[in-house]
Amino acid sequence: MNYNWDWGILFREPYFDWLVEGLMWTVSLSLLAWIIAFSLGSILGIMRTCSSRPLQLIATAYVELFRNIPLLVQLFLWYFVFPELLPDDAGRWVKREMPMPALTTAIIALGLYTASRVCEQVRSGIAAVGPGQRNAGKAIGMNEWQVYRYILLPNAFRIIIPPLTSEFLTIFKNSSLALTIGVVELTAMTRQIEEYTFQGFEAFTAATLIYSVVTFTVMLLMRIVERRVRIPGMISTN
Amino acid sequence: MGDFDYSVIFDNLPLLIDGLKVTFLLTILAVVGGIVLGTLLALIRIAKVPVISWVAAAYVNFFRSLPLILVIFWLYFLVPLFLGRPVGSFYSVLIAFILFEAAYYSEIIRAGISSIRSGQVAAGRAIGLSYPQTMRYIVLPQAFRSMVPVLLTQAIVLFQDTSLVYVVGLKDFLVSAELIANRDQRLVEMFVLVAIVYFFFSFAGSLYARHLQRKLSV
Repeated sequence: MNYNWDWGILFREPYFDWLVEGLMWTVSLSLLAWIIAFSLGSILGIMRTCSSRPLQLIATAYVELFRNIPLLVQLFLWYFVFPELLPDDAGRWVKREMPMPALTTAIIALGLYTASRVCEQVRSGIAAVGPGQRNAGKAIGMNEWQVYRYILLPNAFRIIIPPLTSEFLTIFKNSSLALTIGVVELTAMTRQIEEYTFQGFEAFTAATLIYSVVTFTVMLLMRIVERRVRIPGMISTN
Repeated sequence: MGDFDYSVIFDNLPLLIDGLKVTFLLTILAVVGGIVLGTLLALIRIAKVPVISWVAAAYVNFFRSLPLILVIFWLYFLVPLFLGRPVGSFYSVLIAFILFEAAYYSEIIRAGISSIRSGQVAAGRAIGLSYPQTMRYIVLPQAFRSMVPVLLTQAIVLFQDTSLVYVVGLKDFLVSAELIANRDQRLVEMFVLVAIVYFFFSFAGSLYARHLQRKLSV
């Protein structure tokens, strides 16, 4: 193996700045996509478990559709195909005039895709609370919305903190797919450093460490949050 | 949408089918490799050998914290460097998938093994089997039986993940379709076709996994 080591490259200009900038894009992309995924996913999760048959069907269809097409293909559909299907003016706006078209598309695609996964977690959380709680709410005269708002959701969300954490981390990792449509996030930056300097080993090691450190930090923080909001007396929390 | 051109699909059918073959070959080899390496990792973790079990756990957690694309780039860069000569991207990508998916498979298999009652191990040991024999003839056959639906679900995830070979330009189904799309200026037709084909196989697979789940559940 012939290789010239130069770890100093990572701390030299402009490469250090590139890494910081890449991480910034990765984090903002993940957080914005997570807002979409979490809100839409929660709504879909409620729809899948509510008493209305049509709403259940819509949510189920959404989950099956978004879960069975690869994220990369969905990204291409939003970026290349979606603008073509719009009326001319709207299509042109999406393709060119919209602020930061690639980044915006990546946020939306990633958010909509992950919403289908969040939906399943919310659904299983609500199932874990059990039908007894739902019936108890109805028995004391709550309507369906109140049952969700005051009984099911506050319990369910606390139960599903661990799986939701891993869904967030999935978004964080999946944000690297945005490089295929030209968003220069962390992975793209390290690839760029490799191409400029031929120090691939150092560049990829930097990205690897950054991803791992962020992942483990988030997991640690969420474990503390989980302990704080734990529901006393549940088997899963003992 | 009115000028959806079906002929571009039929004209390029052989190319698309070649791409689909690469996608399936990669999926099958990565599933087999991932399950073999994943089983090994799970067994090592469960055996609780000092140091080695810890290394296996670290391996799993480490790979699960990385984006697949980064692992693909790593191997695409490392494999030719180690061999000292360029190799086709297929092999480096295959190694990347096996190393990466083994981490996920090992968690599934570990959960499967943990669900077997410990009395089974004790019974195996009592009739004079060694620990590896107990695992091989008693625990693993039962564990795998109950794991089949989950393993299949993970295989579907992997099938979809193989589309990421796009980043190194390996000519799988997506890349073949994309090449045609750009050459013939038929992006809409090609990407819609790609979505439908992936959806078809993934959906069929997940329906079958659900069917197995129902059949196996007591």
